[in-house]
Amino acid sequence: MDHGRDSLIVTIASGKGGTGKTTVAVNLALSLNHTYLFDCDVEEPNVHTLLHPRNVTSEEVTVLTPEVDHNLCTFCRKCSEFCQFNAIFVGKTNVLVYDKICHSCGGCALICPESAIRERARTVGSIKSSKVDDVSLVYGELNIGEPMAVPVIKAVKAHIVNNAINILDAPPGTSCTVIETVQESDYVVLVTEPTPFGLHDLMMTIDVVNRIGVPYGVVINRSTIGNDNTAKFLKEKRIPILMEIPFEKRIAKLYSRGIPFVKELTEYREKLQEMMKSIQEIVNNDK
Amino acid sequence: MTNEVAVISGKGGTGKTTIAAAFAAIASNIVMADCDVDAPDLHILLQPNMEKTEEFISSKIALIDEGSCTYCNLCQTHCRFDAVDPPDINSISCEGCGVCEYICPERAIMMRDKVSGHIHESSTHFGPMVHAKLLPGEGNSGKLVTEVRKRSVKFAERLGNEMVLIDGSPGIGCPVIATVSGLQLGIVVTEPTLSGIHDLKRVLDLMKQLWVRPAIIINKYDINLDNSRVIERFCLDNSIEILGKLPFDTIMTESMIEGMTLPEYSPKHNLVKSLQRMWKRIENMMRMNP
Repeated sequence: MDHGRDSLIVTIASGKGGTGKTTVAVNLALSLNHTYLFDCDVEEPNVHTLLHPRNVTSEEVTVLTPEVDHNLCTFCRKCSEFCQFNAIFVGKTNVLVYDKICHSCGGCALICPESAIRERARTVGSIKSSKVDDVSLVYGELNIGEPMAVPVIKAVKAHIVNNAINILDAPPGTSCTVIETVQESDYVVLVTEPTPFGLHDLMMTIDVVNRIGVPYGVVINRSTIGNDNTAKFLKEKRIPILMEIPFEKRIAKLYSRGIPFVKELTEYREKLQEMMKSIQEIVNNDK
Repeated sequence: MTNEVAVISGKGGTGKTTIAAAFAAIASNIVMADCDVDAPDLHILLQPNMEKTEEFISSKIALIDEGSCTYCNLCQTHCRFDAVDPPDINSISCEGCGVCEYICPERAIMMRDKVSGHIHESSTHFGPMVHAKLLPGEGNSGKLVTEVRKRSVKFAERLGNEMVLIDGSPGIGCPVIATVSGLQLGIVVTEPTLSGIHDLKRVLDLMKQLWVRPAIIINKYDINLDNSRVIERFCLDNSIEILGKLPFDTIMTESMIEGMTLPEYSPKHNLVKSLQRMWKRIENMMRMNP
């Protein structure tokens, strides 16, 4: 997708959780000059546990939810019959709206013959912004108990900047939240570990990314554990290995303390810069 | 009554599935359920024989009849999901709400059933297992999780088994809410990292909202002893039971590569002994559960 000459959106995704998405996203952002980093894993955002931002500004994320004016309602049930999500229940004298399962499609308000349904904004999460070193950070937080993460992810992505390098940290899995994050990306970096779980989930994620049609490559994290089935698979499918990060207790310990490893293992800065350079070349050739 | 116990984590990659599979091997008379329908991995360790597979249909998708469409674009203006571009429907974005069908003056739009995934009923060395896979990009994970749980409980009731053991998904959203609601016990596997602690607190808050009793396992506790103490302190302050702590050990990966559960791979290993103790405690908790 073209968003300006020097714009770039690179999404770090994985399928399996805990493979090192956030580690790669944060260390990559810190290794480059002036980047924008977006944590789209709004259920369990972790980027800020590595960057420790101060002076965080916060804005609410809202969705539309129906509100029924009981003075106008004739309890005709047209709204509840229409709602595909069973989010509205009409009794004999009362109408109940189940906010959390409402998809905000607006159908009930549209269909009500008495115009008794109005939509109001309901808060489901928040967006936090801050700056750490040379990284502009935006992360979303889904309110606890809210099932739908997509509106919060959309709100995070609304902060993507033209003519800049944007790095997105995706949620795990392969469902709607991942698609929402990956759409519009110029490139996807898939982070995996060379274990059966890692490979299985990598294959599923490749399916998703192929479907969206974004170019991608793989970072093998903890490359010294596991077996070589992942490398074999990637070779067979001609999927580029962008980088390998060996398993090192030092890296794991730094992570546990909330320290991005490029701060102490500076040799990785160059490797990550190289990786970004090759990504930019691929994207530019595609354009 | 059938008790449902789930292994969840908040943060991904803390060891949920490895631990759930080990419990499956240790336990007797349980039914297994993989509720990580988004990225299921339990089958890699339990190697189930699939006996029955069904399509999972729970939502609809719009279809525009190109012949009758006059390109008035009313559907496009009313769709809240940017899913309509007449005569095309973006199958990933469409949530099946039916607004476009309602608004179309030409009646050119029809809602039809959409397959969101597949659900399997299987047998393993350790008893029956129900598992599912959501199709890529689907948004009905909560409903599929609920269906997996329903079928597992039915299985357990039929066999007279007392417990369903669930492997959950990471996060705190839709599939996790569907996994946790109504559980008798939620075992949260955490790790002593700052992100692990952050995610643990969020998932515990969710369980509190849903009135589900938690119990904690600290995996790889020796990666950062200070953080492990922080977790222990937090649990003590909040009256949350810690089932046990497991050290970092490459045997977790080695057994996975062999496609085996830990107790099968190394029955006398210290990790297995710890897990056996934890499982006994879980069984006792369930027995005392009124």
